[in-house]
Amino acid sequence: MNNEISIRKDWKLIESLINKKSKVLDIGCGEGGLIAQLEKNIQAKTNGIEVNAELTRKAIANGFNVVQGNAEEDLFQYSNQSFDYVILSQTLQAMIKPKDVLLELLRIGGKAIVSFPNFGHWRIRLQLLLTGKMPITKGLPYTWYETPNIHFFTIKDFQNLCKASNIIIEKSIALTSKGRRYEISSGISGANLFTSEAIFLLSYQNFQSIKIQSKQKSFANNSAVAG
Amino acid sequence: MNKSFYISENLKLECSIANFTNVSCKLDSNFELNEFKIAYKTFGNLNEKKNNAILICHALTGDQYVTGINPITKKDGWWSRMVGPNKPIDTNKFFVICSNVIGGCSGSSGPKEIDKKSGIPSGGNFPSITIKDIVKVQSYLIDALLINKLFAVVGGSMGAMQALQWSIDFPEKINNVIHIAGALKHSAQNIAFHEVGRQAIMNDTNWNEGEYITKDLIPERGLAVARMIAHITYLSDDAMHRKFGRKLQSRDIISFGFDADFQIESYLRYQGRSFVDRFDANSYLYLTRAMDYFDTVKTFSNSIEFPNTPNQHINYLIISFTSDWLFPTPENKEIVKKLNYFNRKVSFTEIETDKGHDSFLLDEPDLDLTINGFLESNFNKVQLYE
Repeated sequence: MNNEISIRKDWKLIESLINKKSKVLDIGCGEGGLIAQLEKNIQAKTNGIEVNAELTRKAIANGFNVVQGNAEEDLFQYSNQSFDYVILSQTLQAMIKPKDVLLELLRIGGKAIVSFPNFGHWRIRLQLLLTGKMPITKGLPYTWYETPNIHFFTIKDFQNLCKASNIIIEKSIALTSKGRRYEISSGISGANLFTSEAIFLLSYQNFQSIKIQSKQKSFANNSAVAG
Repeated sequence: MNKSFYISENLKLECSIANFTNVSCKLDSNFELNEFKIAYKTFGNLNEKKNNAILICHALTGDQYVTGINPITKKDGWWSRMVGPNKPIDTNKFFVICSNVIGGCSGSSGPKEIDKKSGIPSGGNFPSITIKDIVKVQSYLIDALLINKLFAVVGGSMGAMQALQWSIDFPEKINNVIHIAGALKHSAQNIAFHEVGRQAIMNDTNWNEGEYITKDLIPERGLAVARMIAHITYLSDDAMHRKFGRKLQSRDIISFGFDADFQIESYLRYQGRSFVDRFDANSYLYLTRAMDYFDTVKTFSNSIEFPNTPNQHINYLIISFTSDWLFPTPENKEIVKKLNYFNRKVSFTEIETDKGHDSFLLDEPDLDLTINGFLESNFNKVQLYE
């Protein structure tokens, strides 16, 4: 139940980052909870991807456009800049190639909203230091041998990746384990220590360069007209 | 449209017949049909807004008896577990139409029906039919029923081909497409299986170049073999193993002969024999050919990329089955990819089952839930906006 509440808070926050009537792709949309909220509150036009077949079918039965698929295998089928926002919530750390997925998000969408658990949180640091074992927390409740989370990273790591990949951090919001939220300013290192979860709004510094890289450029333009 | 049609009731077939006369319906082959008839059944009631009509397209050997009792076989209709009052496609809410395809043998114009000019069944003189033609002729029926826009077109296998063709040719007349276990094109492997089936029929001396009804002959051996081959493709290795394994039929030891020693042999022989009683060999030739000719790779792509008629409103649901090797998941996903690339309204799910291609006709609760939820939630949305 606690988890449910924190997810909904997360959604509220994500909603606040999105302009009204935007085209949104929610990757890992589950049975469509966030999609439903975005359609209702800000009249977003939504599509979803969900890897779990049962959740996909629930989402479809709820009347949402959701395809069963996988963020690492199925994003290629979307054309360049076909969404205003692409959301990847709490999943990047489970990707085999998180950097590639991140770049895909910004190829498909004008902006990407990425949230992830911060491995730099003091509790996690302390657990590893004191017990000498891989940390297990409320937000990361798995043992090392069965966790779906295969790439752990901290807020600082993520900021560095963005910098190295010409990705602009338009906004970054920290959530503490007590549910407090505040803007992360890159100057203060305290965020990395006290944040259990972070949400980033990202865009491309040099949007044109990625467009030229793709052979499918002309189709993207057509789809913009058709859509 | 012109009013060159009349609707009659066929008491023997327990269905309605829409008779079209003085029409000029040009087929893919350039042959012009001037008259034809479509046998159909409807279930439930068309509402006042006429926005609750669902067209269900049958598969290769299906017919208009989608639910209720089939008067020919005296058995339940082919999708009675899916369609009916309080069923996933609920006829308390929706007005369901199901028509026999042209070229078929359950009352619509086809090789079995008497050709007015010659006075005998048209047999091999019946014009070649494509999926596009089947859909074109269906659209005459929908117009005759005074329905401007179907809420949904639903079909599996050859029915899925028709549903897809509707979205290409008549996007303005449909809102939702449910495409189950189909593909953008019929694969080489599928054509190959069909060809073996056709050869079995045409090599039966009773086939007599398609003229067998007047001679009181039935190419039953050929048709039965065709059905046996096809039936294998509708199942899966796992399902066959689960159901039959190497079990022997009514015997404890093998016969060292060519009797149906194994249960699977006996089962296939039964399937072949009983098929002959309800299906016409020439129809089988015409309709397998229609499926072979199906290739919408270009036409579907063009309709999505450069639509002549607005089609952005169409909401697609694509469903595949893990063990379907006739229309496997990757082939179904080709449609999803194309729609996603152009940012269209599309949903897709792959249902895990070992029942093969035939899964869409069998007890698959996940299929029921998905179809029911998709139809009802989208219908409720329509009600909100209108």
